[in-house]
Amino acid sequence: MSQATAQDIGGLGHSVRRKEDARFVRGKGRYVDDIKLKGMTYLALVRSPYAHARIGSIDISKAMEVEGVLAVITGADLEEAGLAWMPTLSHDQQMVLATGKVLFQGQEVAAVVAESRAAAADGAAAVRVDYVELPVVVDPHAALGDDAPVLREDRDEKSNHIFHWEAGDREATDAIFDACDVVVSQDMVYQRCHPAPLECCACVADWDPVNEKMTIYMTSQAPHAHRTLFALVAGLPEHKIRIISPDVGGGFGNKVPIYPGYVVSAVASLKLGRPVKWTEERSGNLQSTGFARDYHMHAELAATKDGKIRALRVKTLGDHGAFNAAAQPSKFPAGFYNICSGSYDLENAFVEVDGAYTNKAPGGIAYRCSFRVTEASYLIERTVDVLADEMGLDPAELRKRNFIDPGKFPYDTPLGWTYDSGNYVGAMDRALEMVGYDDLLKEQEEKRARGEIMGVGISSFTEIVGAGPGKQCDIAGIEMFDSCEVRVHPTGKVLARIGVQTQGQGHETTFAQILAEELGIPVGDITVEHGDTDTAPYGLGTYASRSTPVAGAATAVAARKVRAKAQKIAAHLLEVDEADLEWKDYAFRVKGAPDRSKTMQDIAFAAYTNVPEGLEAGLEAVDYYDPPNMTYPFGTYICVVDIDPGTGDWKVRKFVAVDDCGTVINPMVVEGQIHGGLTEGFAISKMQLIDYDENGSITGGNFMEYLIPTAVEAPHWDTDRTVTPSPHHPIGAKGVGESPNVGSPAAFVNAVIDALSPYGVRHIDMPITSDKVWKALRDAGVEG
Amino acid sequence: MAETVPVKVTVNGAEHEARVEPRTLLVHFLRDDLDLTGTHIGCDTTNCGACTVLVDGVPMKSCTMFAVQADGHDLTTVEGLGVDGGGLEPIQQGFHEEHGLQCGFCTPGMMLVGKALLDRNPDPTEADIRKAISGNLCRCTGYQNIVKSIRHAAEQIRTGAAAGAEAGGGAA
Repeated sequence: MSQATAQDIGGLGHSVRRKEDARFVRGKGRYVDDIKLKGMTYLALVRSPYAHARIGSIDISKAMEVEGVLAVITGADLEEAGLAWMPTLSHDQQMVLATGKVLFQGQEVAAVVAESRAAAADGAAAVRVDYVELPVVVDPHAALGDDAPVLREDRDEKSNHIFHWEAGDREATDAIFDACDVVVSQDMVYQRCHPAPLECCACVADWDPVNEKMTIYMTSQAPHAHRTLFALVAGLPEHKIRIISPDVGGGFGNKVPIYPGYVVSAVASLKLGRPVKWTEERSGNLQSTGFARDYHMHAELAATKDGKIRALRVKTLGDHGAFNAAAQPSKFPAGFYNICSGSYDLENAFVEVDGAYTNKAPGGIAYRCSFRVTEASYLIERTVDVLADEMGLDPAELRKRNFIDPGKFPYDTPLGWTYDSGNYVGAMDRALEMVGYDDLLKEQEEKRARGEIMGVGISSFTEIVGAGPGKQCDIAGIEMFDSCEVRVHPTGKVLARIGVQTQGQGHETTFAQILAEELGIPVGDITVEHGDTDTAPYGLGTYASRSTPVAGAATAVAARKVRAKAQKIAAHLLEVDEADLEWKDYAFRVKGAPDRSKTMQDIAFAAYTNVPEGLEAGLEAVDYYDPPNMTYPFGTYICVVDIDPGTGDWKVRKFVAVDDCGTVINPMVVEGQIHGGLTEGFAISKMQLIDYDENGSITGGNFMEYLIPTAVEAPHWDTDRTVTPSPHHPIGAKGVGESPNVGSPAAFVNAVIDALSPYGVRHIDMPITSDKVWKALRDAGVEG
Repeated sequence: MAETVPVKVTVNGAEHEARVEPRTLLVHFLRDDLDLTGTHIGCDTTNCGACTVLVDGVPMKSCTMFAVQADGHDLTTVEGLGVDGGGLEPIQQGFHEEHGLQCGFCTPGMMLVGKALLDRNPDPTEADIRKAISGNLCRCTGYQNIVKSIRHAAEQIRTGAAAGAEAGGGAA
């Protein structure tokens, strides 16, 4: 048999075109709302128009008269079943359907089930709810004031304070600040925004009364975790629950939590004995499901006169809305926010975070982010620029002076993490070269002399992804391992199933590439499945860039387990000792006689037809991988903006992104992830805001107000990479999906502020809309 | 039963006659009555373009048309793309080759808008393409590879080398 080459196999490093495209370009994707079951009914939710109100009465009589309406479910009905409340992933509980009062605008109050989509909507419009308005709290600072009304009457603690959390050494940090010559501080708000995947949330709950089995098709980034939560909350035996997450139209963290719509659909299906479909409208998606950020941050840096940063001090207030529904590992109330010392070698640091309840939608989830790492990265990269401005230093030079030296890895941060590997100066130098930094600074000087407004912004971020070591990270007690099961069929074809769930990342291709590389079987001969809890091994799901670091590692290890057994079979076939074989060029070869070899295809056939005595038949393995550490992707982004003094509009002229995500599985897919994440970062910097007026009425609750950049606004991205493998990951990969969204907001904002710095502007909160820039210029006396 | 009215449309070359409630949106008619679920719904407010179909060759957001307004018209949905035997036509090949899709939810609308553009302008500039797709939102790709995909399709059509190729796995 001729030897396959790496190119034929399509293993690591190849831009293999995606397998999943075949169905998507034909309109044959299968998203939840595409599913139509026999006898299926439709569910519509009744939502509260008020942000805080006592519920007087709910009159369902008119709704029940609507032709086609089958049932109306209220909080009182759920209360009887013990399901009016459900646990969140952050030690809190959340109303499924409101009982007693509502706590945010858009909250779910009742559900109408009908024979058709239209009848359900008509029924929902006919439900009459009497509300008595209560005082509204929208500002998290005011929520913690003595005169604020206590919003959560269900809690023992009679205050709106949720938690206090600290990391680092307060006293040692204070001592450095007291001794330092240069101290800067900056208040900044990372605004409330929403992941807004193009597909809203949806489910079809299908109770089979004969087999007593509940199948739920749902838009889920974590089907297994959701199955266990359904078992724990609804009391259904776990083997009688099947969650199927088919094609998912984007997630970005929005589809990690369980939402009331899923739970009430399951209840309705149990009640009616028929399938129940709930498809969220965009307004419901933006107004009630997991928002992100809403962190009100105060950052300080202490430095020496020659620009050596010694310490960081951070105080932050997080607005969690009506329920603390943050989706993150249970021991981390502020996620991995203590990654905020970033890429810098500091002597010490101290961070404290408090959480507050307000009359806003519950959250906050990690929007294309590994649990508050976007907030952390923005905070440090913004504040370093504030320091550079204060000291009159070049921001690139200041960063270089303070980067963790490449020789210092693994590096223990003062806030408790151990960075696996990094070469920050390498990524920075490449980015400076690509953007032509020195020329840009010259150009800027000339333009400033002419009164033209141009800025250059840098962000040198370090991420933390791949949760996580199981002892450190769990979701509802379940350790955050992940899994892969590999079966090699007799003819050398492979079926693999993974515990993570793609929402567009291309797992069916990239995970097949990992297997191709490890097994020497062409990527076209490998099928990767996921998203069905009846077939896939247990996993914690895809978010926080954990698929490649955790399930990708499980995939490589499972393949190596297959290879270990294959080696025994190869030895048997070649009639040599196992120790005389080596795995080289995608085959087991006799040491010293490499032409005597067996490929995995040869071995697979023998595994079912000719196994050595004492060895069981078959060729398969499963691995549940618990990573020894997180991975720490990094990079440098540089943004160049031009500002129109007449309109205040800022345009990205050039954007250079140099990423280092360790070993690259598929360069095409990695680049696609970078493009997408940068565009989301751009959107957050410039236009995305979920805001509330003083009545708690949401602004930004639909796509007319919550702005998504179109192809006309989206900048062009220039990308490149350096490769610093993770030393603890089986293939050295670190994960990439979130880096661009984590690292880029600071680059955009730093560029705009740099442009405006001659006019005395030191900071503007995101989103930096044209009117904010226009006003800053007018305040500085600039004529349009 | 609610009042219904007749509607007769040609979709992807096949004639369909049905009775619908007058308020039925075209997108719901396509998805629920004709089972053509490749046309998606992303926003309800005509902002996102996931529901884009071609009406007599012109891109329309099918969430903003009633089914009855399509009466007598010729519609193309994503299921109508492709060549005989299940092969891909150039716009589909372009998206596959240039990684113009990730989650796939905006893809049907994007491809149809791209196809309509190339029908009237076989050699569009990047600016032409960005303008043409600006009514369609994508949350995954940042549009850069969508632009490349449509240019790839334009090139394929011009060189006439497109017909029949297959999407799927296999090394690049």
